[in-house]
Amino acid sequence: MTATSVTSTASVTSTASVTSTASTTATASATSVPSTPTRLVDLFEYGLDAPICLTWELTYACNLACTHCLSSSGRRDPRELSTAEARAVIDELEAMQVFYVNIGGGEPTVRADFWDLLDYATAHHVGVKFSTNGVRITRQAAERLARNDYVDVQISLDGATADVNDAVRGSGSYATALRAVEHLATAGMRNYKISVVCTRHNIPQLDDFKALADRFGAQLRLTRLRPSGRGADVWDELHPTAAQQRELYDWLSAHGDNVLTGDSFFHLAGYGEPLPGLNLCGAGRVVCLIDPVGDVYACPFAIHEEFLAGNVRAPGGFREVWRGSELFRRLRGPQHGGACSSCAFYDNCKGGCMAAKFFTGLPLDGPDPECVQGYGEERLARRPPGTAHLPRPSQDHSRRAAARPVDLVLTRRPPVSECAEHPLAGLDPTLAGKGGTHA
Amino acid sequence: MTAIDLDRAWDLHPLVSVRPEPFGALLYHFGTRRLSFLKDRRLLAVVQALAHAPTARAACLAAGLGEHEVPRYGRALAVLAQSSMVVGRTS
Repeated sequence: MTATSVTSTASVTSTASVTSTASTTATASATSVPSTPTRLVDLFEYGLDAPICLTWELTYACNLACTHCLSSSGRRDPRELSTAEARAVIDELEAMQVFYVNIGGGEPTVRADFWDLLDYATAHHVGVKFSTNGVRITRQAAERLARNDYVDVQISLDGATADVNDAVRGSGSYATALRAVEHLATAGMRNYKISVVCTRHNIPQLDDFKALADRFGAQLRLTRLRPSGRGADVWDELHPTAAQQRELYDWLSAHGDNVLTGDSFFHLAGYGEPLPGLNLCGAGRVVCLIDPVGDVYACPFAIHEEFLAGNVRAPGGFREVWRGSELFRRLRGPQHGGACSSCAFYDNCKGGCMAAKFFTGLPLDGPDPECVQGYGEERLARRPPGTAHLPRPSQDHSRRAAARPVDLVLTRRPPVSECAEHPLAGLDPTLAGKGGTHA
Repeated sequence: MTAIDLDRAWDLHPLVSVRPEPFGALLYHFGTRRLSFLKDRRLLAVVQALAHAPTARAACLAAGLGEHEVPRYGRALAVLAQSSMVVGRTS
């Protein structure tokens, strides 16, 4: 899935400092003139007029049911933004000069209007990078993508072999992804990515992933497994061991800018030298998420009321949420290290990932659960037993494994739209069966 | 860092978008997919003046710089030229 943020810094001279970055799509550099250059990270802590990396999950519908899905996707949400509403969001992004969006899901390509929205965005100067499991990347689709300079594709693959991949992403998903990669390579697509969520089972395959990407002319992108969405259910078994984190850090350090990370491993900066990247939690400052129903969250890994900033359907649209949200203002204020502030490495890791702490039940001003100094593990060990104390994501669109009888209970349904004509519009029997609304 | 020729005409690459920000600006190159940050509002003014100035030096002066500041800004422009954000202009 789409991780976020921007990246690394290397001062070149006292008068012009260059910041070179392997962000998700972008490689970035900073050019400064003053004799005392400000660190980019300090500028970004107070937020930007518009996000740099905006993730937009177009749909919760997905043909797969990955065990670690950070958005708990599966079924389409009937309140999903319509084509017209999605276009209106693109118009806003164009006006705000958001250079590109990271589109994900769910599986974005299963939306019937996916290709239209892609063309609409790129025609309106909003570049698109989308994450896909490859299901709709046919030969023809690959040729179409290769022709558009404003599109970048990311194929998700969580194992360099079918057994490791399919254990997480489902039977046949390795073959689907590889077929898509072959089509892209044959079509002459350049700079597309093979995107891997690092787990305990695939960290031994780092060299194999690199070889695979090289073989198909793709760029390798590694991101962090977050305990978000269904990821919370498998995090204990899948997240890398302490020894593997070190192995990953050393491997990434050796490969430098040739391997992208979406800046997701800044918690590893606690080992010493930061990896290329901004090494900053960008939530609400440089990144945010628009979910399929238009809700705006501080980051793609934080689908929870606590991080909900507003909805693009409200008056003022996305711009108003980005600029006016109380939550975002708070996130842009000075952050305090709390329990971490006395740690010698706090300046490097900044306490790690907010979402990772939140969904593992750790305080936001304490260590990351995967703190490389071991403080997170200590905290995890002190948590109450069981999972009842853990926050649950506010959206769950997982498909049920098998059809079950549905308990009928009367609930108030949230309005679908002002003029939904179909009498059953918005009714989601599974949710109604749970006796709750999603809101 | 080699300087650029300040006495010729320069411009932003046609595939580059500029977004002003409180600290300076963001530049995005759709061709190379590189993002650059201008950490200085006056550098932004220089970059924006390039298209209409006969030379980079003239753009610097049009942006309100003093002569003594031109070399420093020239080095910043060289950084941008290296990543093709800024390119030589012939017309």
